[in-house]
Amino acid sequence: MKNKILPFSVIIIFGIIFFIFYKGLEDSKIYIPDVNTKKEIPVFNSKEFFSGENVKSSSIFELDKFYLLNIWSSWCVPCRQEHPFLINLNLEKKLNIIGMNYKDNLKNAENFLKELGNPYKEIFIDLDGIIAIEWGAYGVPESFLIYNNEIIKKYIGPLNQELVDEINLLIK
Amino acid sequence: MKFLKFFLIVIILFPLSSVNAEENDKRNKITKNLRCLICQGQSVYDSDSEFANSLKIVVDKKLQEGLSEDQIYEYFKSKYGEWILYDPGLNKNTYILWLLPILIFLIGGAIIYKSFIVKK
Repeated sequence: MKNKILPFSVIIIFGIIFFIFYKGLEDSKIYIPDVNTKKEIPVFNSKEFFSGENVKSSSIFELDKFYLLNIWSSWCVPCRQEHPFLINLNLEKKLNIIGMNYKDNLKNAENFLKELGNPYKEIFIDLDGIIAIEWGAYGVPESFLIYNNEIIKKYIGPLNQELVDEINLLIK
Repeated sequence: MKFLKFFLIVIILFPLSSVNAEENDKRNKITKNLRCLICQGQSVYDSDSEFANSLKIVVDKKLQEGLSEDQIYEYFKSKYGEWILYDPGLNKNTYILWLLPILIFLIGGAIIYKSFIVKK
């Protein structure tokens, strides 16, 4: 009897290990960021896009108002596709769209806005990408829906009609 | 005279470079333990993406501010979650990862002990 316990337990243990690893194979290894957690917006200092004056985050975001912070750049191709949707969203009076110009050449960025229009109420500059990291951003384009200094939802990648409808629903 | 100049330059530059090297080592160690979230399978150290380059600047900045290695990891964890660290801590999602090797080691040890040492 004693001799049988050992091989039996070895088989069971290896069975369990096999099961765990087999289950692990099925799990996706592609990282999906958490987009729904509510987080306080970070405090930062930057420069205003047109005037070059210093701006503080506290002077941009007021309480009891909806904001959409959009990270964009003139070199980013998906930003170009997204831009008409931002212009469209700008028609909604309840929403203030704030731009974060990410690692860009100012001249190119200005031309980008001249060509496609400017949906932003205010734009600030993130020259070396540090402020984007403070926001927990992954790259361009990315948008954050903000209410009462809290990030309600994060949109990674370009906005589309479906997401615009969702934003319109969230701010109602 | 030339030699003296050279000697002076070496003396001036040497301590600075060793300080820089120390900071670089620390920075490399930290960036090697951070996952580049948009180029998966690469560390921030290995990657040259915009995201990774910004992260390197932030690590430098935090080191200059005098933050310790753990504080820097904690900072990135608060921004991006546990996934950004290559060396995950022990929590409810990772306990199998941590405990399984110990379990296998103990069971293996018990088997060896039982079948070889006790038999003798």
